[in-house]
Amino acid sequence: MTRGGITTIGGIFTALVLVSGILLTGYAGMNAIDAVFGFHMYLMAAAALLGLLAILMGHPFKGDPSQYNYGVVKAFVIATIFWGVTGFTVGDYIAWELAFPFLNWDLPWTNFGRLRPLHTSAVIFAFGGNILLGSSFYVAQRTNHTRLAGNVAPWFVFWGYNLFIVLAGTGYVLGVTQGHEYAEPEWYVDIWLTVVWVVYLMVFMGTLMKRRVSHIYVANWFYLAFIITIAVLHLVHNMAVPVSFFGLKSYSFQAGVQDAMTQWWYGHNAVGFFLTAAFLAMVYYFVPKRAERPVYSYRLSIIHFWSLIFLYMWAGPHHLHYTALPDWTQTIGMAFSIMLWMPSWGGMINGLMTLSGAWDKLRTDPVLRMLVVSVAFYGMSTFEGPMMAIKAVNALSHYTDWTIGHVHSGAMGWVGMVTFGVIYCLVPWLWGRKEMYSMALVSWHFWLSTIGILLYITSMWVSGILQGLMWRAYDNLGFLEYSFVETVEAMHPFYVIRALGGLFFVIGSLIMAYNVFKTIRLAPAEEHFSDAVLAPAE
Amino acid sequence: MATHDIFEKNSILLAIGIVIVISIAGLIEIVPLYFIGSTIEKVNGMRPYTPLELAGRDIYVREGCYLCHSQMIRPFRDEVERYGHYSLAAESAYDHPFQWGSKRTGPDLARVGNKYSDKWHRDHMNNPRSIVPESVMPGYSFLAKTEIDASRYAAHLRALNWTAQPNGVSKNDTGAMYTKAMIANAAADMKAQAGETDSDEAEALQKRYGGKLNVRDFDGNPDKVTELDAMIAYLQMLGTLVDFKTYNAKANLR
Repeated sequence: MTRGGITTIGGIFTALVLVSGILLTGYAGMNAIDAVFGFHMYLMAAAALLGLLAILMGHPFKGDPSQYNYGVVKAFVIATIFWGVTGFTVGDYIAWELAFPFLNWDLPWTNFGRLRPLHTSAVIFAFGGNILLGSSFYVAQRTNHTRLAGNVAPWFVFWGYNLFIVLAGTGYVLGVTQGHEYAEPEWYVDIWLTVVWVVYLMVFMGTLMKRRVSHIYVANWFYLAFIITIAVLHLVHNMAVPVSFFGLKSYSFQAGVQDAMTQWWYGHNAVGFFLTAAFLAMVYYFVPKRAERPVYSYRLSIIHFWSLIFLYMWAGPHHLHYTALPDWTQTIGMAFSIMLWMPSWGGMINGLMTLSGAWDKLRTDPVLRMLVVSVAFYGMSTFEGPMMAIKAVNALSHYTDWTIGHVHSGAMGWVGMVTFGVIYCLVPWLWGRKEMYSMALVSWHFWLSTIGILLYITSMWVSGILQGLMWRAYDNLGFLEYSFVETVEAMHPFYVIRALGGLFFVIGSLIMAYNVFKTIRLAPAEEHFSDAVLAPAE
Repeated sequence: MATHDIFEKNSILLAIGIVIVISIAGLIEIVPLYFIGSTIEKVNGMRPYTPLELAGRDIYVREGCYLCHSQMIRPFRDEVERYGHYSLAAESAYDHPFQWGSKRTGPDLARVGNKYSDKWHRDHMNNPRSIVPESVMPGYSFLAKTEIDASRYAAHLRALNWTAQPNGVSKNDTGAMYTKAMIANAAADMKAQAGETDSDEAEALQKRYGGKLNVRDFDGNPDKVTELDAMIAYLQMLGTLVDFKTYNAKANLR
């Protein structure tokens, strides 16, 4: 039985939502008091119109319940690669800007302050977000032995989420931001993301509820915690008062010290749930699959799941050590950050030990090598993080490049590498190919990325610690030894090395894009490929 | 681990369990900041941003200045000697959003107000390397060329009156951040602050906002209110409001 488009309940409902969306955004666009707001409203109206046409034609939403929905997962994988290359390139460009400031061109659209949110959002929410949503849709289907819930809804999530990214990204370049790190999009984009996220939660929960196995597999716990927590963080942190319902600008509801606490409660848990819990979900599915070994410890996965999600939420104040945040809050934040080391390493141990009896595969399989190295980077940065959360260490590291290096060992080493590994697993599995087009190119990607990451984080360690020490250095007469700008000048060689490391990483991602393209076009087909829903092994 | 079965076999219970476990920290770390009186110190001198300063702050946020400049001096000997008195929570009670920042690619700006001349800021904004050759800051020459529509700012003040004003610190006698007179005169106040220092309008502005106020043509172009006027007006008042002669550090220990 094949049904789709307007003939389904979901199709009718979505069509109604889209029609009201067109009316609402069209009306707002016509009354816009800012040009950029008008542009964004018409962009949303156009997207809704295209969605409506697609539903009326009924084409892409046909679904056979006896088959997995691979189409939407494929779309997410391709979007991941596109945004990854974009986000890494912008990141490397702004790295060169810091080394050679003429590259800012003194234009509003190309200055560091506007491009930096573009970089962070493109890698976290566009590159990271697309693989999280895509892989969660894949894993939920495979581990629950059922087709994804809904036919239109998953595609609504795909296009809706990527529209959010386009609105956010074009906004940054045109000067639209609410000035909260990692949550820069303005109020109307936040509302749109809320709509998309609720549908995402419904699709994911719907798939869990119609599962054909009795137990929910551990990867899904992590995905569910990610979806729920991001919803809570997003809603609380983005409370704002718009100046006009027809304009861009809003003022955050909270001020000063409370706003700061909420920002880092949000910011640290964007790391904890977006960049950690959900990527651990990927580890729990793809590492055992690729290594053909069961997860090392079921007990450990239970303990580390609940303790990780509980402890992470407390750690935010370590971003505010020695600030005007009250001391009691800082102390709680530091204590919980140190405790957080344990569940983090619980996850690392569970990931690495899953390779017991299969370590030899690291020599022959560059994809597994990527996955394992990513878990190793996870272990390293989750040790470094608690250490930097100690107030005495933080006094030196805070405000310096050490923080930037720490974030990138997590973002490039952990999040980046695990995503590359998952892409190299998923592309052959989704498109029915025996293997990637070229394993040699996978190896090249692995080494280019690894060298790039090492150049990046080592140069940032040196520059961060150097600058921290220079700021507090006194000469023997008791005067501050360096002016601020002398410490800026000292950073130059490290900024060049960092930008070179980033360039290695960008080149690696371009090789991946080429390899994926060739795999889809040319690689020999898998003879036994089937997207039929597997019967549960009872 | 048989007891854990209950979560593994029931997706709704799993979801509820997650919600409970992740909610505790925020309730304990954020909510009390609204109720513990000592969270925001008792100080003299704080006042709301004038429309011109607020416009400057909006530009500061728009251009992402906070990504390279902190506004939070920590209580260390080197920071206090380099930048001035450590920052107080009271000093950002009017800040929607806060701009403490997390990285110092450039120096802290919490007390940059009145440290340099307007001319210094004009040249520095136009081309940072003409003043500081080793600087890596982008040039913001476009600010001087962009006029501000003062008539729009009343709506901004009105919006700020709808925000949370914790512990009542940022409320005036009428129970809001901005009085009716401040809102009604927003456009005039903006023009007045970027104009002649001893005009009648400037006097009215001074009376409405009280405290320390810089009134002058900041950008060297008396005909227009530009984004550079607003930006320099904002920078020149940063960290200058609190009267530290009357500040009692011991009474405000937290």
